[in-house]
Amino acid sequence: MAVITDALCPFCGCTCDDLTIVTEGNKIIEAKHACKLGAAKIMGHHRIKAPMMRTDKNGNFKEVSYEEAINETAKILVNSKRPLLYGWASALCEVHKKGILLAEEVGGIIDNTASVCHGPSTLAVHEKGLPTSTLGQVKNRADVVVFWGSNPVQAHPRHMGRYSVFAKGFFSDKGRRGRKIIVADVRKTETANIADEYIQVQQGSDYLVISALRAILSGHADVVPDAVGGVPKEQLVKLVDTLKAAKFGAVFFGMGLTQSQGRYKNIDNAISLIFELNSFTKYVIMPMRGHYNVTGFGQVCSWETGFATAVDFARGVPYYNPGETAANDLLLRKEADAAMIIAGDAGAHFPANSVRHLAKIPVVQIDPYWNPTTEVANVVIPTAICGIEVEGTAYRMDGVSLRYRKMIEPTHPTDMEVLDRITERVREIKGD
Amino acid sequence: MTLKVTLITGRTINQGANLENKTSSDYLEATAYCELNSKDAGFLGKPGSNVKVKSRHGEVIVKLKENNGNPDGIAFIPMGPWANAVIDPDTRGCGMPGFKGIPVEVEATNDRILLMKELIARYK
Repeated sequence: MAVITDALCPFCGCTCDDLTIVTEGNKIIEAKHACKLGAAKIMGHHRIKAPMMRTDKNGNFKEVSYEEAINETAKILVNSKRPLLYGWASALCEVHKKGILLAEEVGGIIDNTASVCHGPSTLAVHEKGLPTSTLGQVKNRADVVVFWGSNPVQAHPRHMGRYSVFAKGFFSDKGRRGRKIIVADVRKTETANIADEYIQVQQGSDYLVISALRAILSGHADVVPDAVGGVPKEQLVKLVDTLKAAKFGAVFFGMGLTQSQGRYKNIDNAISLIFELNSFTKYVIMPMRGHYNVTGFGQVCSWETGFATAVDFARGVPYYNPGETAANDLLLRKEADAAMIIAGDAGAHFPANSVRHLAKIPVVQIDPYWNPTTEVANVVIPTAICGIEVEGTAYRMDGVSLRYRKMIEPTHPTDMEVLDRITERVREIKGD
Repeated sequence: MTLKVTLITGRTINQGANLENKTSSDYLEATAYCELNSKDAGFLGKPGSNVKVKSRHGEVIVKLKENNGNPDGIAFIPMGPWANAVIDPDTRGCGMPGFKGIPVEVEATNDRILLMKELIARYK
């Protein structure tokens, strides 16, 4: 029996670093301190055993060697005029680096799961910047915390305990009692139930409500109507008073802003509100990132290509224009003529129309698990699980980089090895 | 009767805990349902019965659930292949499909819920 202390969790953007992992043989038998999400991933599920291939997507898969599957993947990518390389968020930065190289090599488009998550937040940050901080600052200082369109009880279960609500810090030694918690959401979620103040926003009205808050903050409450986006003016005025009274305020936002009407404009407006609040007191804002290393892909892609995601290499130089080069735009326009899905599940998380197009083009899946993407794949390459069987770097939701250690030895090749071999084979086929 | 509501999709803890377990019945249980408050659900049937959710973009059969955190006229389906059968694929020029705020019609049905494999097979 072996015990690994201070292990990092490879599930969500909280990347909790206080887990105790107990192993026996080459098996994890306990993941102490992990939440339900982390424990489910670390304890593991049924894996794909060996690489598989099929020509007819309605036919059965046939087990093949890694060499055959890698060779077929390289052929698909080389023969494609517009290959999409999508996923990446459940993999380490070392994998991202190799993926970007492969995308460049095949003149493809590389996009990550932020496309259906915080992609719009990136667009808003281009417009306005991001007044933010580490989660440590929030833990130690925040006395007003807002969750807007975000439900950490379900999506980031330990966020509140470790960083934002119940956590006790240097200047926040009272923990929950010393913090005012505000939740703005369409539904009265479990997070809303533990808040001091719940703002029920009419679906699709976030932009309006944020605009009203900005108007009140700048001294123009007189122009605000009696209710905005379903929220009474009285409650908005009270909320502005609470926000202004903070010594250190933190706003966390989720898909409620990025996926609702207005998309990136909602976040753009929220960031403006934060800038304006900083004229009165200290405020920071942070997206609640989903996958543990979705932030890492944005970092690696930015330093390798100059852009955070949705990068098109068709011109030989990186080109970026979400709305044109993001995964769902490409699939909706039926432009992608092959796809490699890795460490993400487009089959489960893309709209039906996109999956319909994936079902028509050659698809390679690199993933430890059988999922809806497998159902539309031609080639399936199972790999080791990053952060559990593979060591490397990931970025927490606040941009802090952390080093993941191995918990157990891999029984499959790593994503890095597989990508190296695909790139090598692509170069051979191209005759470089 | 047919109930006209606005659909939101999103993360739940059980959906997340089965993210690597999508061929299982646990994943289906965790994602193939539609939540409405008890008043709205009452128009359609008993919790646990099946409902058909239909939008301009597709239709899907899921289980009816009650959650009184939902305001009147708001339905919630956890993110995943069942929800994505009816969401709006238009990215409004910024890469992001319409996962929230989709006008849908919900009605009681005797049809069964498709398994993940059957659901994806419809797209082939």
